[in-house]
Amino acid sequence: MKICARFFLGLSGLILLGASGIAQAETMLRVGLSSDPDQLDPATSRSYTGRFVFNALCDRLVDIDAHLDIVPGLATQWSWSADNKALTLRLRQGVVFHDGEKFDAAAVKYNIERDLTLPGSTRKSEISSVSSVEVVDPYTVVLHLKNPDAALLSQLTDRAGAMLAPGATAKGNVAAHPVCSGPYQFDSRVQQDRIVLTKFNQYWNPKPYHFDRVVFLPVPDASVRLANLRAGDLDLIDWVSASDVGTVTSDSHLTLAKPTPLGYMSVVFNIGNGQNKPTSPLAADARVRQAFSWGIDRQALNQVVFAGQYTPANQPFTDASPYHVPLPIPSRDVAKAKALLASAGVTSPLHVTMVVPNEPVAQQVAQVIQSMEAEAGFDVSLQMTEHATLLSRLSSGDFQLALSSWSGRPDPDGDIYSFISSHGALNDGRYSNEQVDKWLLAARQINNQDQRKALYTNVVRQLQIDMPVAYLYFEPRIFAISAKVKGFVPYPDALLRLADVTLSQ
Amino acid sequence: MLEIICKRLILAIPTLLLVTVMAFCLQKLLPGDPVLAMAGEERDPQVIQALRTKYHLDDPLPVQYYRWLTSAVRGDLGSSLRNQEPVLSLIASKLPVTLELSVLSLLIAMIIGISTGILAAVRKGSWLDHGMNALSLTGISIPHFWLGMLMILLFAVKLRWLPASGYVPPSVDLAQNLRTLLMPSLVLGSGLGAILMRHTRGAMLGVLRADYIRTAKAKGLLPLRIVLKHALRNALVPIITLCTLLFGEILGGAVLAEQVFTIPGFGKLIVDAVFNRDYAVVQGVVIVVAVGFILLNLLADLLNIVINPRMRRA
Repeated sequence: MKICARFFLGLSGLILLGASGIAQAETMLRVGLSSDPDQLDPATSRSYTGRFVFNALCDRLVDIDAHLDIVPGLATQWSWSADNKALTLRLRQGVVFHDGEKFDAAAVKYNIERDLTLPGSTRKSEISSVSSVEVVDPYTVVLHLKNPDAALLSQLTDRAGAMLAPGATAKGNVAAHPVCSGPYQFDSRVQQDRIVLTKFNQYWNPKPYHFDRVVFLPVPDASVRLANLRAGDLDLIDWVSASDVGTVTSDSHLTLAKPTPLGYMSVVFNIGNGQNKPTSPLAADARVRQAFSWGIDRQALNQVVFAGQYTPANQPFTDASPYHVPLPIPSRDVAKAKALLASAGVTSPLHVTMVVPNEPVAQQVAQVIQSMEAEAGFDVSLQMTEHATLLSRLSSGDFQLALSSWSGRPDPDGDIYSFISSHGALNDGRYSNEQVDKWLLAARQINNQDQRKALYTNVVRQLQIDMPVAYLYFEPRIFAISAKVKGFVPYPDALLRLADVTLSQ
Repeated sequence: MLEIICKRLILAIPTLLLVTVMAFCLQKLLPGDPVLAMAGEERDPQVIQALRTKYHLDDPLPVQYYRWLTSAVRGDLGSSLRNQEPVLSLIASKLPVTLELSVLSLLIAMIIGISTGILAAVRKGSWLDHGMNALSLTGISIPHFWLGMLMILLFAVKLRWLPASGYVPPSVDLAQNLRTLLMPSLVLGSGLGAILMRHTRGAMLGVLRADYIRTAKAKGLLPLRIVLKHALRNALVPIITLCTLLFGEILGGAVLAEQVFTIPGFGKLIVDAVFNRDYAVVQGVVIVVAVGFILLNLLADLLNIVINPRMRRA
């Protein structure tokens, strides 16, 4: 009897121990990223995947919602002055950084000034319109601008609006150990292996955040990333290839999330970049570029390469954006292409060379274009070029045609100004049209959405005529998620927001 | 013995210098601008120029080399352009991972390669020999990348026996460490084992034909004793040399295996550094690999001397 009692006592103790073990089991979300983030300093970071980490780690002054509207972040209210040259931000009270330092207007001033002055800051150009930051009271700050900048608020939804703790940041070493005020704090990092964040217990809005730990694991190969998810070693992965979508949808343990894409792929024509001014008819005559665009069947391209998962494009503004210009996607018209070539006095086939990123999907896109253009009067040679070389060639103008992509921004200015305005840093083809420059500048300086839309519509219509860039498709960054993960909402910026995301065991 | 080691080490210095000069010039010949690669989508000319100045990338090449060399001899290999981490600490954190992977792979390769090689040589011309030859040809021909993917699909996705990728240091959890490294070292080891098998077979066949083996047989020694003690000892000389030469092969294979299995090792470091034009890391890696090769060759010679005393006079 005694032995029996002891046995049951021991057994129940074990069960209790086990149960408490389960109750205390750490909840952890493992996120597979398509590349290893670079520096974890929002001021110098340049990688797309770095933004995933910042989203969990750092609060931003403002944020976007699923409809690209700007919503409160660390700033709860904002207002523009009558001349659009001062932005007043009212800040949230009771927010502390991960090291206990208080968040206030002085911290905002410190961060904005740091972004503007830090050598190597990649945020500088995003907020270059800011001339000074004025602390009005501990929770009010005014950004004074050199000139009106309608895109500024949208820039503050991303890294330029991420707030670091001034005390810890001043000591240096931010890139290796950032101190912010987000729901999760930095724990550790092994380069090319993992970034570990842990729950921040003093977060001002703890309720929606359910994980004790969030681990980001860079797995660059898309098939390996998916294999890891299917094997249960990851809970959520970024950037599923269109060709793997079928595998994900047929697996009952997985779900798929396809955010509205902001980023696009395009063919850039070199119109005037390079020491030897391009002399090809492509550079000289807009009709030849139009002919090239008419030669492409964007729907077929989407079907062949992306299994119909992507959205054909004829402009830089995604159809979910309020700035999208309702122009029909041109269907392929070989006769028109040939007629345009003839009217430009070009004897076809016109031999042209296209620089293409050295990756399988881009190569397929280029090959499909090559075969379509062969019928439209272009003999396209492809030059597969690895990423770093491609950037150099684009920058120096060592190309005729180039396949070039952009990750997209919530505000239309970020998707067009640098690419199309005469002195834009990303205007690789050196397209220049004075009227377009004026429209772009005006759209940058007005805060009224309707007026901006009218200006961007003008620009997009003009681009159909001048054709400096042939837009091909919008590129959604598709997520695959374990069925255990609930509450994931895809946002158009394709970043991971962890609020209300849970994981069932 | 000590004299040989000293002589070889002194000779290594000019070799190393030459390697660094070549690596420095070659990476500058690579098309692509490190600053543009660093800047990514951000291509503001002011930012680009600031980065170029910050990393002294606008200095003439000899100046850049001199600056690098003078800090390198003081033990400072610079910092990664991409993430600011000191190159030495980056290498120090990645090297043990790849060394562990390499040693495991080489062990697997030696177990597979030498045993099957001996068996094939002893049973020359039999179905066993033909079978082993066919198997080794398959092993050499299968691309590591593809084999790795197949193994992930079978053992990780389908059977869920092993993790698909990642790495756990042995200091944290030895069992988990071995589980993560099992698939990659099998992939790497099987390819190398196939090469080793063919060489072992050839070397053994050569030795088995020798007069002293016939004498041993005539003396009535046990066949197993003849093969393992008399024949293998001499056949091992070229095999050991081959094993050290295979180090290059292992490193090449590790680059692929680490990509497929997402292991944060040296191979992944090299690939990422080259793609990002992270000159400081590339240069650091080249130095470490060169030193590794020099030491391994020295080690191979010394091992051969130990095994084969006749070489001491050479």
